[in-house]
Amino acid sequence: MNAPSSARFVNVGERTNVTGSAAFKKLILAGDYAKAVEVARQQVENGAQVIDVNMDEGLLDAVHAMTTFLKLIAAEPDIARVPVMIDSSKWEVIEAGLKCVSGKPIVNSISMKEGEAPFLEQARKCMDYGAAVVVMAFDEAGQADSKDRKVEICERAYKLLTGIGFPPEDIIFDPNVFAVATGIEEHNNYGVDFIEAVREIRRRCPHVHFSGGLSNLSFSFRGNEPVRRAMHSIFLYHAIPAGLDMAIVNAGQLDVYDTIDPALRQACEDVILNRDPGATERLITLAESFKGTDAKAEKEAEEWRGWEVTRRIEHALVKGIDAYIVDDTEEARAAIFAEGGRPIQVIEGPLMDGMNTVGDLFGSGKMFLPQVVKSARVMKKAVAHLIPFIEAEKLLLGTESQSKGRIIMATVKGDVHDIGKNIVGVVLQCNGYEVIDLGVMVPWSRIIETAITEKADMIGLSGLITPSLDEMVTVAEEMERAGLTIPLLIGGATTSKLHTALRIDPAYTGPVIHVLDASRAVGVASQLLSDTQRDPFVATTATDYQHMRDVRAGKEATVLLSLEDARANGFKADFSDKPAPPEQPGVHVFEDWDLADLVSVFDWTPFFRAWELAGNFPAILDDAVVGESARSLYADALAMLEKIIDEKWLTAKGVCGFWPCARDGDDVELYLTEEERHVRLPFLRQQIRKSRDRANYCLADFIDPDGDWIGGFAVGIHGIEPHLERFRAAHDDYSDILLKALADRFAEAFAERLHSHVRTTLWGYAPNEQLTNEALIREEYRGIRPAPGYPACPDHSLKPILFELLGATAKTGITLTESYAMLPTAAVSGFYFGHPQAEYFGVARIGRDQVEDYAARRGADIATAERWLRPNLD
Amino acid sequence: MTPREQFLAEAAKRILIIDGAFGTEIQQRKLTEADYAGSLGLSKDQKGNNDILAITRPDVPEAIHRAYFAAGADIAETNTFSANRISQADYGAEHLVREINVESARLARRVADEFAADGRPRFVAGAIGPTNKTLSLSPDVNDPGFREIDWDELVDVYRQQVAALVEGGADFILIETVFDTLNAKAGIMAVRKVEQELGREVPIMLSMTLTDLSGRNLSGHTVEAFWYAVRHAKPLTIGLNCSFGATQLRPHVRALSAIADAAIMVYPNAGLPNELGQYDELPEETAALVREWAAAGQVNVLGGCCGSTPAHIAAIAKAAQGLTPRQIPQLDAVTRLAGLEPFIMAA
Repeated sequence: MNAPSSARFVNVGERTNVTGSAAFKKLILAGDYAKAVEVARQQVENGAQVIDVNMDEGLLDAVHAMTTFLKLIAAEPDIARVPVMIDSSKWEVIEAGLKCVSGKPIVNSISMKEGEAPFLEQARKCMDYGAAVVVMAFDEAGQADSKDRKVEICERAYKLLTGIGFPPEDIIFDPNVFAVATGIEEHNNYGVDFIEAVREIRRRCPHVHFSGGLSNLSFSFRGNEPVRRAMHSIFLYHAIPAGLDMAIVNAGQLDVYDTIDPALRQACEDVILNRDPGATERLITLAESFKGTDAKAEKEAEEWRGWEVTRRIEHALVKGIDAYIVDDTEEARAAIFAEGGRPIQVIEGPLMDGMNTVGDLFGSGKMFLPQVVKSARVMKKAVAHLIPFIEAEKLLLGTESQSKGRIIMATVKGDVHDIGKNIVGVVLQCNGYEVIDLGVMVPWSRIIETAITEKADMIGLSGLITPSLDEMVTVAEEMERAGLTIPLLIGGATTSKLHTALRIDPAYTGPVIHVLDASRAVGVASQLLSDTQRDPFVATTATDYQHMRDVRAGKEATVLLSLEDARANGFKADFSDKPAPPEQPGVHVFEDWDLADLVSVFDWTPFFRAWELAGNFPAILDDAVVGESARSLYADALAMLEKIIDEKWLTAKGVCGFWPCARDGDDVELYLTEEERHVRLPFLRQQIRKSRDRANYCLADFIDPDGDWIGGFAVGIHGIEPHLERFRAAHDDYSDILLKALADRFAEAFAERLHSHVRTTLWGYAPNEQLTNEALIREEYRGIRPAPGYPACPDHSLKPILFELLGATAKTGITLTESYAMLPTAAVSGFYFGHPQAEYFGVARIGRDQVEDYAARRGADIATAERWLRPNLD
Repeated sequence: MTPREQFLAEAAKRILIIDGAFGTEIQQRKLTEADYAGSLGLSKDQKGNNDILAITRPDVPEAIHRAYFAAGADIAETNTFSANRISQADYGAEHLVREINVESARLARRVADEFAADGRPRFVAGAIGPTNKTLSLSPDVNDPGFREIDWDELVDVYRQQVAALVEGGADFILIETVFDTLNAKAGIMAVRKVEQELGREVPIMLSMTLTDLSGRNLSGHTVEAFWYAVRHAKPLTIGLNCSFGATQLRPHVRALSAIADAAIMVYPNAGLPNELGQYDELPEETAALVREWAAAGQVNVLGGCCGSTPAHIAAIAKAAQGLTPRQIPQLDAVTRLAGLEPFIMAA
């Protein structure tokens, strides 16, 4: 289930092709089929979605080699899971292959070279064997070179094939990729001919696919890999939008379009798109300089080391290279010192200049957060080197350095999430602010104390879980009580401008500002600390918030149904379809889930979002704006993942369990038969009036009152602390944030993976489920796993009940804070509902009647229930 | 109307019923070796060679067909699961393969036509078993590339059986209990060859058997991959038989129903065998289980496999009565390939 089972662009593995791989040819010629099978396995492991098998070699009995190899890989489930492409120029080899392949393969290829009759004869056989087919643009007169010939031949073939009932979707045209830049003028337009032909054939022949062998294209540049790779990438870049959707290519040997040297890219593009007659000449000239650049590139990269020191420092900051920064900083410091200068001048001079460049680039959208954080790492290392010198000087002279401002940052009590806070901290530091980071789970008393003793210019609060919102109100109230007037900045995933305006701002007389994300933090801080801008900014914000409060107060609240009416309009599930009892009831513990397995189901999109890079994975890697930044971050993430797995930095522990239960009103009552006791899980019901015939959902609706099953789980990623400590010691915020973000991905992936294991095996109601990672991310499966604290089940305080049911703390080491945040931070817990109609929904606003009802059901007083349910009240 | 058109017309009206097990019915009759052997003078013991009864005791299969039709079956399966050269070689009866198949089809046809006098069409499906040899797997663990049989040979074995079944009057060829997908593909090729010889269509029915609960057959194909690997047969029905009982088949029926643009035919065993190898799921139990698929609009043809009796078929026919048959969906023209797992190329 690692590889996608459907795809828009299909990479056909080409390493098991004797004409394409010298190494494979050697193995086959030597009769070493065992090693040859391993080549196939590697290809599939590396993501080939189809494997091309070709044994066309003069010294081989191709029929024997083809059938032997195909039979051998049929015995390897890891390989045989993907379709085979039977590749030969000889029909007898193809047919022999067809007799050995049990799935539905692709035949590569047939053509009208020998005329219509043999072509149709072979096509009929492909239909009888059950195979898709690659059709070469080749007819009695030869191979098609021009666009018109390609279109003419393919259309003719299409009509013939569909005429005998050949399914059009099983036709894959190969309109012949020919070499360009050969020096022969007639060849110059071959690239364009191919691309344009694909576009036109696709228009004329519905449902067909297109394939091409790329290596021909760059034939003139044999021995010059950088140029060949660039040509292939650029060709695909233009041919894929035209309709090319399959290529026989070594995916690892393609360059990302945007990363190709611009001059080379331009030259290749001019040749492939045949933009002018001089294009070939230019590429040939340029190509010389790329010969062997793989090694040369590294040398060139080191060239900057020869520059003078301030320029080197700036370069290191902008590029985020920390390898030489301590030496360079020392060199700069020594030089300044020799001229009678002070160590602080290194910071105020070259370091700040570099950071200003970074700030400008970031501000103008030319640099993105991951790069900024990398730059900050370089900066921090430089500053760390200088601090002893500065301290020594301070002792000597009694002077202090001037920062733009001093900001206290903290994740509030009960909350442990700090990725966002750390990012904001780094960005502020990069811009010359001094940040005092109090860490996570910081009580208000310490925040206020520190603000007073350190004479802070402002306080920034962060939080991820909903109870943190209440805690922020508390901090604001206590700041008021302490008589503070400094600005209070609010940020974090659950915070909002509305909540800030409605709840926090009225609690504190000083300025309260909601900061949407890290990129706004510097703007907000600089305005608040500017003599001229401060007052207008504070006034505008206050007016804005007052306006939001007025609007809110004036607006009729959306009509809520009474709890009774909402219940009457509850969702009526069809319980004839409820899941069977679990195959393996009881509680299951997973001490150490394989991390590599989890990586295969990573949902990367939120990872990039954590770094404020907007876009969906993998498209984000090719994004015109943030693509470069995203690729670099992704590469760093993959490198760290490798270490995490190889060196076993983290341990994934989890637990899940299933219990018989029945619905009772909006409660689900669990029967713990062994312990002879019942446990109630009270759930909340939507009360917003629904349009049309939508129901007012409650999770209990998915449980049969006449007996059913429910599940629960908790997973956590342990072992992060020593590594974070190591990064902190190295002033490496970048790695610190990266590791935390990856740990979060592991936790989410573990939850996803465990859910799938539950569906297919432990509960087993979907044993046949076959989902790609994309489908998993889109949650195209049956059943849901709502987590306490999230919209369908907004009360975090259900977590202790869930943990107790699972014995989660004892079995997985996950603990809960007083606000029910989980520790370790990278953890997920929730319930399993297996009913096919179960779906996610948001409880949203609920009425007073339900709060009272809920309090009674939970056996809590109304005030406590209100605290739990605060985000869902008015 | 061709048999295909007639079948589809009937299948659009109601859920059709295919008959149940033959083996258990024959066993109950406590036949002696002499019953099986007749006057053929074969050198090997014929006891257990159920298929040969078409020649030596035709009254036995005829009576069983009659019992199933009387129970409400629309389709009779010929008693020819092992009537191929490979399996009959075990009884030294390979030279009788043509005759067994022709006679089996003939007697089923006769009974079917007899019942069809009531105006409701009855069909005869010529049954083809998987043989005991496999094209995809090596019987020798030390030599994974070895095969006991090759494609051309198996196609020829099947071709002989298919031609004889059609000659005897079978409407369709049912390639059943498919544990090796490549064997089924050889069966399809054999039917194609017979079609070419006859110059007319011989509709195919395909039925896979699962060997593990995750939903794969012995050659490792998932239900979905199997369907894509055999869809070129343009079968009249695709489905599952034997395997386990109906309970275990449920998710796979549902999965197949969602992706197949052919009628769905499922005929499970009567539950799982008990410690003595006997099936003790009661007719009403089996019927209630398969009825769920019918009620969910997932099937077009229901019936029974190992352990099922005319009583089971009668219960199933009763349970399915009046329920709307599954609508055969139209599939988008996207490329569906398969290894052991399905692979779809987006349009």
